[in-house]
Amino acid sequence: MYYRLHELLSKKYIWYDSLCFCRLDFDESSRSLKKIRGVYLKAHSIKEHWFGNIKGDVLAGIVVALALIPEAIAFSIIVGVDPMVGLYASFCIAVVIAIVGGRPGMISGATGAMALLMVTLVADHGVQYLFATTILTGIIQILFGVFKLAKFMKFIPRAVMIGFVNALAILIFMAQLEQFVDATWVMYLMVAGALAIIYIFPRVTKAVPSPLVAIIVITVIAIMTNSDVKTVGDMGSLSTALPSFLIPNIPLNFETLQIIFPYALALSVVGLLESLLTASIVDDMTDSSSNKNKEARGQGIANIVTGFFGGMAGCAMIGQSVINVKSGGKGRLSSLVAGIILIFLILALGKIVVQIPMAALVGVMFMVAIGTFDWSSLKGLAKAPVTDSIVMVVTTITTVATHDLSKGVFAGIILSAIFFVAKISKVHVTSRVEGEKKIYAVTGQVFFASVEELVAAFDFNNDVKEVEIDFSQAHIWDDSGVAAIDKIVLKLRDNGVLVRLAGLNAPSSNLIERLAVHRRPGAKLSGH
Amino acid sequence: MYKKILLATDGSEHSRRAAEHAIAMAKCTGGSKIEIVYVIDDDNAKSDVLQNWNKADLGDKRKDRIKFAEQQAKEAEVPYEIKTLHGEPGHAIVEYTNKNNMDVVVIGSRGLNVLQELVLGSVSHKVAKMANCPVLIVK
Repeated sequence: MYYRLHELLSKKYIWYDSLCFCRLDFDESSRSLKKIRGVYLKAHSIKEHWFGNIKGDVLAGIVVALALIPEAIAFSIIVGVDPMVGLYASFCIAVVIAIVGGRPGMISGATGAMALLMVTLVADHGVQYLFATTILTGIIQILFGVFKLAKFMKFIPRAVMIGFVNALAILIFMAQLEQFVDATWVMYLMVAGALAIIYIFPRVTKAVPSPLVAIIVITVIAIMTNSDVKTVGDMGSLSTALPSFLIPNIPLNFETLQIIFPYALALSVVGLLESLLTASIVDDMTDSSSNKNKEARGQGIANIVTGFFGGMAGCAMIGQSVINVKSGGKGRLSSLVAGIILIFLILALGKIVVQIPMAALVGVMFMVAIGTFDWSSLKGLAKAPVTDSIVMVVTTITTVATHDLSKGVFAGIILSAIFFVAKISKVHVTSRVEGEKKIYAVTGQVFFASVEELVAAFDFNNDVKEVEIDFSQAHIWDDSGVAAIDKIVLKLRDNGVLVRLAGLNAPSSNLIERLAVHRRPGAKLSGH
Repeated sequence: MYKKILLATDGSEHSRRAAEHAIAMAKCTGGSKIEIVYVIDDDNAKSDVLQNWNKADLGDKRKDRIKFAEQQAKEAEVPYEIKTLHGEPGHAIVEYTNKNNMDVVVIGSRGLNVLQELVLGSVSHKVAKMANCPVLIVK
């Protein structure tokens, strides 16, 4: 929110972004406020952030906690660790982010995107390495925030972002399929039942999250009918203890770092990507803006804390954040409440949680996958430029093939860059003759990718006396461009033609002045 | 008779025709004012943000959707105001209408989202059922 000048003057001390405390003075001589930049300071008082919306935040926090539990358990199962690892992670991250996050109203916890990256790490090296990786991920993310790299996320092309979420959805879906191996018809029936409840129950009431209702109903049916389907208890043990501080039990040497660093880097990038995407969505839903670099730091701090308390790395959750805002949550309190209620419920109901059939969780994960997929992108596939569609599909396919979201994003970015270069490397050269003089007009970007085309457009065996090259519709970007112009000028000069360059814009002409050889006396074409 | 006219718009063909009717109504009564309402559906927030990821302002596409109605009102020299609401469209429009004691709601019979209509029922139907004032559904 924006405070006006007179509002600022009425409070001598204000909280700036909840952490930094600053004092305001009105300087009579310059008629301005001291210690702040600009009159319209974007300031949130700490009170506003935390207690501006107590009722809405508490209620939304409870709803979110209920919706978080099944996902945290299911994501742990994807990774192949005890359900407690995901539950501790969601608890720690939600609580820490409430305090240090940059986007009030956003919910963070254990997520599918992160879980999918950890599968091979846990399978090869065990859960202790996961905790260490989580801590390192946090450190890298803090560095991202400190060096203000978050804004570069905006450079990731739209097509890559869409490919990212679609791949994420497909991977979450595929991760469930192994639960169907050797499954009986009971399992299929339960999954179908869970999905039916998830999508039909909201018509009755939206006050209780429908995935939770599905889990309760399916669990009750499973217990009552004594069916022997797989349950959460079969996937790992559930302790009913608060998370406690631990130092990962790993050798602290270079070899360990070699193992965990690639995972940590991929996790940091994917975590920040999804967090900043989610932050933008919450920004949009609440008509407010947020501090993306602070969010990056906050995600880092949350992951470090989580790693030391036996949780897996996490990030912001799109689905949960949307649920939170729609349920009336918009302050920091809702994330805190969600974390506390979550751990309270697990401590109180641990014995029941282990009896939840996997079928119910699979149903919930199918819903998460369906909700994550950007269906409107399929419609856009026909409309969007063909290169955009290719980038999106390549991002998705690379990710699904490698099971690594960071590789997919990387492939998408590279491909976009190549397409971009190809698109702008088209130079057009037209020529006309005016008396003794031939005039070439160059249109486009002159740089490493376009020089070949540029040189090829010139006719060096012409018997004109004078050539003018008009660059008024062109820009010269690099030394390859200058070298190409050198080549053209010198070659023409060798044929006894007088060459003049015209219409260079200031940066291009500076570059030519600095690098061009043809201006120097006695310049010759070099041998190669 | 109709001094406070609510015009619901989403940029669709039907909502454009609704705009014409709302303006005609406003012209009949001196001192009447149109409130052009656009509802941002939170369920679409994710795809809206994704579809506009590299654009400078997400608001641009939304402004486009209101532009037609705004232009028409401006040309006809009818006083108007633009309101953006959040939430499920039908619900948001009804709530706003009833809270602000609007005299009439003008709304297109069909919106942009055919699939949603199939599942959730049409927005105009919902508004007609629950608003405390006359509702003009424009075909």
